[in-house]
Amino acid sequence: MNQPRFVRQFVLTRGRSRSVGADLALDTLVTLTDAGRRRAAGGELRAEAAAIARLLDGPLSVAEIGAHLHVHLGIARVLVSDLVADGVAAVSAADFDETGPDLGTLERLLDDLQAL
Amino acid sequence: MTSRLSEAQREPAVAGPGTKPLKIVIAGGFAAGKTTFVDSISEITPLTTEAPMTNLSLGVDDRGEVTSKTTTTVAMDFGRITLSAATMLYLFGTPGQDRFWFMWDELSRGAVGAVVLVDTRRLQDCFAALDYFEAKRLPYVVALNRFDGALAHSTDAVREALTIEASIPVLAVDARSRADTKAVLVELVRYAIRRKHG
Repeated sequence: MNQPRFVRQFVLTRGRSRSVGADLALDTLVTLTDAGRRRAAGGELRAEAAAIARLLDGPLSVAEIGAHLHVHLGIARVLVSDLVADGVAAVSAADFDETGPDLGTLERLLDDLQAL
Repeated sequence: MTSRLSEAQREPAVAGPGTKPLKIVIAGGFAAGKTTFVDSISEITPLTTEAPMTNLSLGVDDRGEVTSKTTTTVAMDFGRITLSAATMLYLFGTPGQDRFWFMWDELSRGAVGAVVLVDTRRLQDCFAALDYFEAKRLPYVVALNRFDGALAHSTDAVREALTIEASIPVLAVDARSRADTKAVLVELVRYAIRRKHG
């Protein structure tokens, strides 16, 4: 992406780097909403939101968005949570409890891996 | 070549808004082959995600204030496999240095389990990872990377040297081989399922 590396990262998030978005996991998947797609097509998004929208052909994890934009994970979290708050993007997080994903999920994973 | 054939026949999975992520942690010492392992099965060239980490120096000045702080960056390589419309599997390599435990905590939270890659010439490099996953009760398997086709020690000898209990799978792998990587992941998930049955 054309993310200018010389822009101090906190500028991108207007000074916020903590608390906002802290609950987004590395592997939480991000997709554009229909409204987000329309606003992206209409050129209505701020530069960093537009940059993320261009990446989101399909779902991408928060970690991938950070890697593609060359920003730290914390910054990626803030940018994504802004997009969610603005209705531009939606997120899908992993389901698990203190013992990890449930048995049904693991059994489907086993079938999927064996079919690879 | 059977794996290539089945790969070609498989319908490419298309992920969408309802797709859920799953993750597996790939741990091991420096140069144990973590990124090679991820690359062998990932559908994307492994990417690197970075997180800043502030180190407070040990020095405290006259006013009782910490004299300096430095920021280092924790880097983690990761890859991805779109398994179905329902599931995207992420493989996250742990940061190279064991001191970044806060990142290990995040990587382990909600993970299916972990693969501990071992260079049998440097067994001690994996101690920290084994201890960590034991303490967190995260299911893990041990994969001995066969560098240049050879293992310096057999799987049995390594199991004994590392005092790995009999129920935990220990496998020899070539981290460059997609078939080997797949076999390790399958073994990990089988083991995680056995643990659920308890």
